[in-house]
Amino acid sequence: MLSAASGVVLAADAAPNPWFDPSYVTSNWDAILRYLGEHVRLTVAAVVLGALIAFPLALLARRSRYLAGPVLGLSTLIYTIPSLAMFAFVAPVTGLSTTTVLIGLVLYSLVILVRNFLAGLQSVPADVREAARGMGYGPARMLWQVELPLALPSVMAGLRIATVSTVALVTVGVIVGHGGLGQLITGGFNANFYRAEIVTGALGCVVLALLADLLLAGVEKALTPWTRRARA
Amino acid sequence: MSVWQDAVTYLNDPFNWTRTNGILQLLGQHLRISATAVLIATVVAVPVGILLGHTGRGGGFTVALSNVSRAVPTLALLTVFAVTPIGFGPTATTIALTVFAMPPILTNTYVGFRGVDRDVVEASRAMGLTERQVVLQAELPLAAPLLMTGVRTAAVQVVATATLAALVAGGGLGRIINLGFGQQDYGVVLAGAILVAALAVLTELVLSVLSWALTPGEKRLPFLHARTGRPVAGGASPL
Repeated sequence: MLSAASGVVLAADAAPNPWFDPSYVTSNWDAILRYLGEHVRLTVAAVVLGALIAFPLALLARRSRYLAGPVLGLSTLIYTIPSLAMFAFVAPVTGLSTTTVLIGLVLYSLVILVRNFLAGLQSVPADVREAARGMGYGPARMLWQVELPLALPSVMAGLRIATVSTVALVTVGVIVGHGGLGQLITGGFNANFYRAEIVTGALGCVVLALLADLLLAGVEKALTPWTRRARA
Repeated sequence: MSVWQDAVTYLNDPFNWTRTNGILQLLGQHLRISATAVLIATVVAVPVGILLGHTGRGGGFTVALSNVSRAVPTLALLTVFAVTPIGFGPTATTIALTVFAMPPILTNTYVGFRGVDRDVVEASRAMGLTERQVVLQAELPLAAPLLMTGVRTAAVQVVATATLAALVAGGGLGRIINLGFGQQDYGVVLAGAILVAALAVLTELVLSVLSWALTPGEKRLPFLHARTGRPVAGGASPL
């Protein structure tokens, strides 16, 4: 404090503080892996739970316009609330735990997924549904064998967007101490602006998001072989 | 529910609003930083979007940009600018938010100009309009709704994101939340959350009405649009 006031160069300026430092990564590998694990667990749990809740909601919303209004209106409202505020709303109930982060993340992924699931279901042509009904398909079988495959592109697009934005959002969990790789970002900031740690966290998030997106793109391709055949 | 009572008590105390680093001062900071960021982003991204959309080049680039920008955590962007020689503070926050505001504006401007009916462009050229007039008098009015959507999306995002500046020692309303967590005082945390959420929702509403009033052409209330269930696509992401 005194040295700063008297104009002496701060430690942050004097010590080398490179943006990239492989030795940081190798010597802190265990901690990085631990944060990465938390990041992946939170993301997967948030998207899976979000999908499990969003699917019945989308089915309900499709059933009647009176339900679609409130479902979509409420989801727009949730989408507008900043993530830090969302975690702050949840924290008084669940405390400084991963549950707090998870609830916030589920709410956001839910909003993205409901919209895309609904759009997918609505994109099924009416005459296709008619034809399936004429062939004797019941509602459950029609949903599973006719509507879901046709809605798949929109569903997968929703899953990809939800996953990528969830990976980015996990970092805000640092406010309750469970931000996955975000812990490295704020950790480095608080450790006298240690750039190597910050960059490791930031790049880790971006790479993780892109890998998850690629993985889901692969899943989409595997699940919709007919689109490949049509293009070839 | 004593936490809610604490929050209400906090919000009801006039001193919490008017003191140094009180709600009003933080709100002013928040809005100033957000407005500057959106303004700079608009000034930079709209001409680029018009150029790309008018010439029809760089479509892949804008799509890739908006996809990649979704993957970059805002917190990372805010922190990275704060540890450059700029140092943490309003300038670093504003730069980070400007960078963040550009993709939605750029993408929407591009799509808006790309989506203008080619026949309209041909017809206005045939009527003797110069390239400049084609852009300003034929394409711009038709692309305006999407352009406005882009600016609105960016503005709402920026107001929401500015909250995160508090995590890297920046200003804005997020500081109340951060402070509350620091003091383990969930009443303050909740009060901050209420303020931030209210500001975000209010920004969305005001800008929706504003862009609805300013957009030429058919007038439909923006809120009624929501029930068509548009899928979430480029640009917007929760913050």
